Amino acid sequence: MAQTPRTTPFHARVAPLNQTGVWKHWSGYLVAPQYHFSLSYEYYAIRNAAALLDTSPLFKYRFSGPGAGAILRRILARDIGACRPGRAQYTCWCDARGFILQDGVILHVRPGEYWLTAAEPSLRYFRNVARDMGTEADIVDISGDYGILALQGPHSHDVIAQLTDDATPLRFFDVCETSIDGCDVVVSRTGYTGDLGYEIWIRSEDAETVWDALAAVGGDYNLTPMGTTPLKMARMEAGLLLMGVDFQMSRFAWVDEERDTPLELGWSWMFRKLDDDDRDFVGRVAIEREVERKTSRWKTVGLALDWDEYENAYSEVGLLPPRHEIYRETTMSVYRRGEIEWDYAGYATSFTTSSLLRKPLALAKLPLDLAEPGSEVDLELSVLHRPTTVLARVEPLPFFDPPRKTASMGTV
Amino acid sequence: MRANERYDAVVVGGGHNGLVNAAYLAKAGLKTLVLEQRHVVGGAAVTEELVPGFRFTTFSYALSLLRPEIVQELDLVRHGLMVLPMANTFQPGYDQEYLFLGADAHTNYHEIARHSVEDAEASRELSHGVARVARALKPWMDRIPPNPVSGAPRDQETIEELRAYMKGLDQDVRELLQRFVDCSAAEILDEYFEHDLVKALYASSGIIGSRCGPRSKESGLVWLFHKMGDYDGIPGAWGFHKNGNGGFTQVLARAVEALGGAIRTEAPVESLRYDGGRAVGVTLADGSRIDADLVVSALDPRQTFLRLVEPGDLPADLVRHIEGFKFQGTAAKVNFALSGLPQFPGLEGREDIYRGFINIGPSIAYLEEAFADCLAGRFSRRPFVDTCIQSTLDPEMAPPGKHIMSCFVMYAPYHLADGDWDRERENLGDTVQETIEEFFPGFGDLILHREIVTPLDIERTIGLSEGNIFAGELFESQLFFNRPAPGWNQYRTPIEGYYQCGSGTHPGGCVSGGPGRLAARQILRDRRG
Repeated sequence: MAQTPRTTPFHARVAPLNQTGVWKHWSGYLVAPQYHFSLSYEYYAIRNAAALLDTSPLFKYRFSGPGAGAILRRILARDIGACRPGRAQYTCWCDARGFILQDGVILHVRPGEYWLTAAEPSLRYFRNVARDMGTEADIVDISGDYGILALQGPHSHDVIAQLTDDATPLRFFDVCETSIDGCDVVVSRTGYTGDLGYEIWIRSEDAETVWDALAAVGGDYNLTPMGTTPLKMARMEAGLLLMGVDFQMSRFAWVDEERDTPLELGWSWMFRKLDDDDRDFVGRVAIEREVERKTSRWKTVGLALDWDEYENAYSEVGLLPPRHEIYRETTMSVYRRGEIEWDYAGYATSFTTSSLLRKPLALAKLPLDLAEPGSEVDLELSVLHRPTTVLARVEPLPFFDPPRKTASMGTV
Repeated sequence: MRANERYDAVVVGGGHNGLVNAAYLAKAGLKTLVLEQRHVVGGAAVTEELVPGFRFTTFSYALSLLRPEIVQELDLVRHGLMVLPMANTFQPGYDQEYLFLGADAHTNYHEIARHSVEDAEASRELSHGVARVARALKPWMDRIPPNPVSGAPRDQETIEELRAYMKGLDQDVRELLQRFVDCSAAEILDEYFEHDLVKALYASSGIIGSRCGPRSKESGLVWLFHKMGDYDGIPGAWGFHKNGNGGFTQVLARAVEALGGAIRTEAPVESLRYDGGRAVGVTLADGSRIDADLVVSALDPRQTFLRLVEPGDLPADLVRHIEGFKFQGTAAKVNFALSGLPQFPGLEGREDIYRGFINIGPSIAYLEEAFADCLAGRFSRRPFVDTCIQSTLDPEMAPPGKHIMSCFVMYAPYHLADGDWDRERENLGDTVQETIEEFFPGFGDLILHREIVTPLDIERTIGLSEGNIFAGELFESQLFFNRPAPGWNQYRTPIEGYYQCGSGTHPGGCVSGGPGRLAARQILRDRRG
């Protein structure tokens, strides 16, 4: 017998649902890139009904004990002090040079206890920061103890409301402890789709019970299992960056060109109140210097391709412009428009042809003078095996931002 | 009287570096002859069918540092090059504890995390750091090092360039490099890891073939040296050559001949002939003479400077340096023909765990204790054993269903405090067998044949002084500027037309071919004037 990949606590439930028979590895766990032959079917479940994603392979850490808050104030670039109990925060952490290590969502589950997700292992890093500070706290890897389900889509509230009343009052980025079918769970109104949605932390031993409960009530709302590819198509529309694709973990980069600062990722909003707090967080000095001296090398922006040019690029050579279910994570070069031909300016890291928005979209890194909304650049495509450029415009992110994402669900 | 045979170049010693060197000289149009004392070329890289159907890699047994340029420049694929990647590493522990690392980073994470979650994270960090340091050093591995004492403008410029290069490295790379120079493997490992089995797996690279323990300062650099190689760009990864490392040297021999070079076996060289400070040829053990403009010694520095020439004809400081050059071989080989695969308790029937190194040495303390025996002048009662079973990947190594197991054993000091190696040989074999039995119960029942190679056997059979597998220790005092001696680190010798190209020159030991290639570059440069 050889070694086999690990499976998530939901595997027994999701395995029979994978119509494609195709699996991939996510942090060493089997996950479905898509369950149905039609990616669009899953995508539209996110945007029009409700979709359920198993995100259990994420690394999960619990910070508790008297020093937890102080340690997180040191580690996280965004002020955790602003995250009251019952709230969640999208955050990031940097190295001492102000380059991004990771991003993640942190839940202030109960006073003084925080749960954090991360795409890559970080326990040793967190504990090292704590050890260097000489601060006591329990930092525990609970990755295997919990599974996480992301319930996303306009009807996600209708689904969860059948199982618990506690989700209803949750505002965007609120957190509550509740139970589903007798199982204790933690629910946050968060997600990676830019839509109305919830993420549910479930003890691994309760995973199948909770899945079954959701599946039982979800039928009325066309609750559909969602693979990672439709998720990624949705996250691009939501302007959410993906580590390993749109940016790299500084710790494993070879050269600074591969590294990004939070400002270069477009997250300057995380530091708006920097002057008002005196947190000594890792990377602060470098980030302050970058803000002050305006030394960001680029900014990560959304690009929407000009439809006519996109279509012409293909129709000129006798092809149909590809639009159906395209999602790519390969680098595409971006050029400055002007006198000079092929005047390299930056690059796109993700590309999708949004079915809902009817336009091709990219996430790209551009020099600051090209990074303002409305600015025009050329994106390189390979059309009939030849390099071709197509006009693209910087658009504000997110590309798609439905009011339901943040709307009140309750009759508060 | 019959006139002597005449060649443009004679290479003394048909090990891998001698063959690489000869191939480059032949390629440059020189009429080249390789002289090998044994019946087979390859030096320490030979495969011998000691039992019908079983191919023993008597001495060296794996490839990683082979310079990829050599493959291209000598067209080795056409001559049969076939390096098979090792699929994984298995580190047995006690009480069914083990580490099994393979090709998938995430699976490896979870495997290490079984022992320590923090170590699993640290492992990637350390590997990345080591890869960065190795990448930084690689360009200098593939260059002729500058002569630190010549004062020649070219050398001064190179030294200046090196200084600027080092200063230009990223700070984290410079700091980690300095730690490898200053610290023992164990000191560095203590910083990254908490679990002993994990530490020991890494530490083994720091002691291979060297008279140092994981807590000796020298082990840092020895470790880094072993990470300078790669397999298809995977830093630090190793492979087997088809038919063992002897298969590789046969490929080199075919390249030499295809390029017009000649190879003569059973032709031991007695001495260099030189006249007025200039090499004119060699005298063979049978008294015959061969004339040559160029003589290149692929032997180790002691043979090159103290045996083939009269030391009195060399500068006294060079002789003193070579006399002080540390060989102090500490490694032995015990190789087995097996009727089947060993079984590890709890993983019975798993064949996949044997497709790479099987690293016996479960803790730093175990390795240190093994080294303490070495310091006391005896072989380790519980040795570190780096084994591999190439027949799991290469079916031609053993008859169907049977296997050949190579065991690299440490420590086995060349100088024993009591007794001698001819008397201790079988005791060493028994100790290795007992050690393997401890981790793989029932091992003894599988043995069809046992070959024991003591450091004395290494010296006697293939001429490596004191049995040192690297042709001299890979210590800081014996590398780069100092390999084999300051002022004589550019493949030249004080005798004009007499060169050195063995592992005792830069970049050093392991089957890299680097010394042979760089020596040829120097020789051809000197000929052009």
